Amino acid sequence: MSEVKKRHSDTRMVPYPSQAIVPERDLNRQPVLETRHLGIEFGGLKAVDDFNMIIGRTEIAGLIGPNGAGKTTVFNLLTKVYEPTTGTVLINGRDTKGLSIVQTAHLGVARTFQNIRLFSQMSVEENVRIGLHNQIKYSMLSGVLRLPSYWKQERRQHEEAMELLSIFDMQDLADVRAGSLPYGAQRRLEILRALATNPSLLLLDEPAAGMNPHETEELMENIAKIRDRFQIAILLIEHDMSLVMGVCEGICVLNFGRIIAKGTADEIQRNPVVIEAYLGKRKEG
Amino acid sequence: MKAKRSKLIYNLVTFGVVIAAFVIMTIMINNKTISRSLKGQLIPICSWIMMAVSLNLVVGISGELSLGHAGFMSLGAFTGIVVSGWLLNGFQMEDPTLRLVLALVAGGVVAGVAGVLIGIPVLRLRGDYLAIVTLAFGEIIKNVMNCIYVSVDGTGLRFGFLNNTIPGIILLNGPNGAKGVKTISTFTAGFVLVLITLVVVLNLVNSRAGRAIQATRDNRIAAESMGVPVTRYKMMAFVTAAVIAGMAGVLYGLNMATLVPTKFSFNESINVLVFVVMGGIGNVLGSVISATALTILPEKLRFLQNYRMLIYAVVLILVMVLGNNPTLKSWFRSLFGRFRGGRSARENGTEEVIGRE
Repeated sequence: MSEVKKRHSDTRMVPYPSQAIVPERDLNRQPVLETRHLGIEFGGLKAVDDFNMIIGRTEIAGLIGPNGAGKTTVFNLLTKVYEPTTGTVLINGRDTKGLSIVQTAHLGVARTFQNIRLFSQMSVEENVRIGLHNQIKYSMLSGVLRLPSYWKQERRQHEEAMELLSIFDMQDLADVRAGSLPYGAQRRLEILRALATNPSLLLLDEPAAGMNPHETEELMENIAKIRDRFQIAILLIEHDMSLVMGVCEGICVLNFGRIIAKGTADEIQRNPVVIEAYLGKRKEG
Repeated sequence: MKAKRSKLIYNLVTFGVVIAAFVIMTIMINNKTISRSLKGQLIPICSWIMMAVSLNLVVGISGELSLGHAGFMSLGAFTGIVVSGWLLNGFQMEDPTLRLVLALVAGGVVAGVAGVLIGIPVLRLRGDYLAIVTLAFGEIIKNVMNCIYVSVDGTGLRFGFLNNTIPGIILLNGPNGAKGVKTISTFTAGFVLVLITLVVVLNLVNSRAGRAIQATRDNRIAAESMGVPVTRYKMMAFVTAAVIAGMAGVLYGLNMATLVPTKFSFNESINVLVFVVMGGIGNVLGSVISATALTILPEKLRFLQNYRMLIYAVVLILVMVLGNNPTLKSWFRSLFGRFRGGRSARENGTEEVIGRE
């Protein structure tokens, strides 16, 4: 516990307030994600700079900030779509330096995308099955020759996929082409596909974008439900403040690629720096 | 469950069509009611079907435009000719079936190895760049085959490059290719190979590996984020296609008394691509039908003499234009809707495959 606090006191770049957002219950366990002085430059432009964050085992954390603050860039750094220019990312205590996207995924990071990236030509069930790719395996040869392991594992994949789909009541849509789903269902399917990879950290990039208030509320409940059921950590980027404030235990505010505040929902809402950079602007508009 | 059943029906129809065609052709051969030109084309049709289905695995299922597929066929054909000639002249192996089987294995292996070697650099590229590089590889194979001399000397093989200075019975004579090849391909062998091809491709598509290949096609970044090793699966599709193309080459090569390396030029690669696009990208049954139809068509148009290829081109254009007419398409769909299982991406046309990230 003192270890965690000490790390945060190192984080001098965070002006206000900078206490740990890791919930009490996770304090004595290894954090699922830890970044130290993470940064990336695109031709001299520091898109993300000195990004320090710790997320506990079962924490739901939010990453907010005005448009262009670098939130999705942070996700791309965490999943190694971009190789950071400075700093380190530790997933379950393992340094991801030099690892590929695939290797990072194997460490237990799964994500959804801001601009939905489903396998649109494939069915809903098949999308989830791709998530199960490394969970339920059989060789190419037994697939081509239809050996017993093919039938056994295919059945397991089917059952597992159906169970995952039942989280969002999507079993009936299993055979629908993913690309032809309505927008909200596509977002939900992306979450299920990510969950299928059995992650320890789930990154959700604007999960409520394009959803109506009712759907957002449902999603909020489901995010908490998913965390409780799978005992995983969730980090989400979201513009819908009701969702962020409602479900996130810790919130991190980003502006111009730098963290300007960390804390609980209450603290963030009262933080003058945040209000000036973010919420204040919203009120004007 | 509905999707699964329609997939099953699609697969059964595919096999049914091929088996029925084989049975009808066999009966016609036995009755001697088959025309000479059609009989002569049966084996080439089998090998073009294999070519089209295997290219469909790369273009339709894996989503990479490959323009050098004839190169693998060439490797298979000449490997098959050399192995068959070597076994006959070096070891006095008279049994044609055994020779054909060994030649097929050798042709498949050589084409597969070439597929791996070519795949390593090629599959790092995407879209148009990949297409251009595969085109170059197809041409390289054609030109290398143009310079290779192979002969049987005793029980050993001798290889020459650029100059014919090797002793023994010549099997491959550089740009003059192979002459006096013992034609040991049979229609039955072709039929069995087509069936094997269909089993491999259709089973692969509906399996864990096949889904990974399609996921990579639909969205590479998302597939990687799900922990799917993208390059490995692209390679798997590419090499499988190369092996099948190599075997198609063996079948084709051992059906011709003479065969020159320039036969397997860029034109043939494009021809196979035409089969695939015409049959529907990603649609295996479509590839089978269009490969058959487009192999027979030019022969049937022979009476037009000089206008033959012109008419062939016009027919192609008409089919592509009419085939993409929404009214006609929906009419066809209401007719054949139930058989269109799988994930035929016919609607997407070629542009999307080329334009994919």
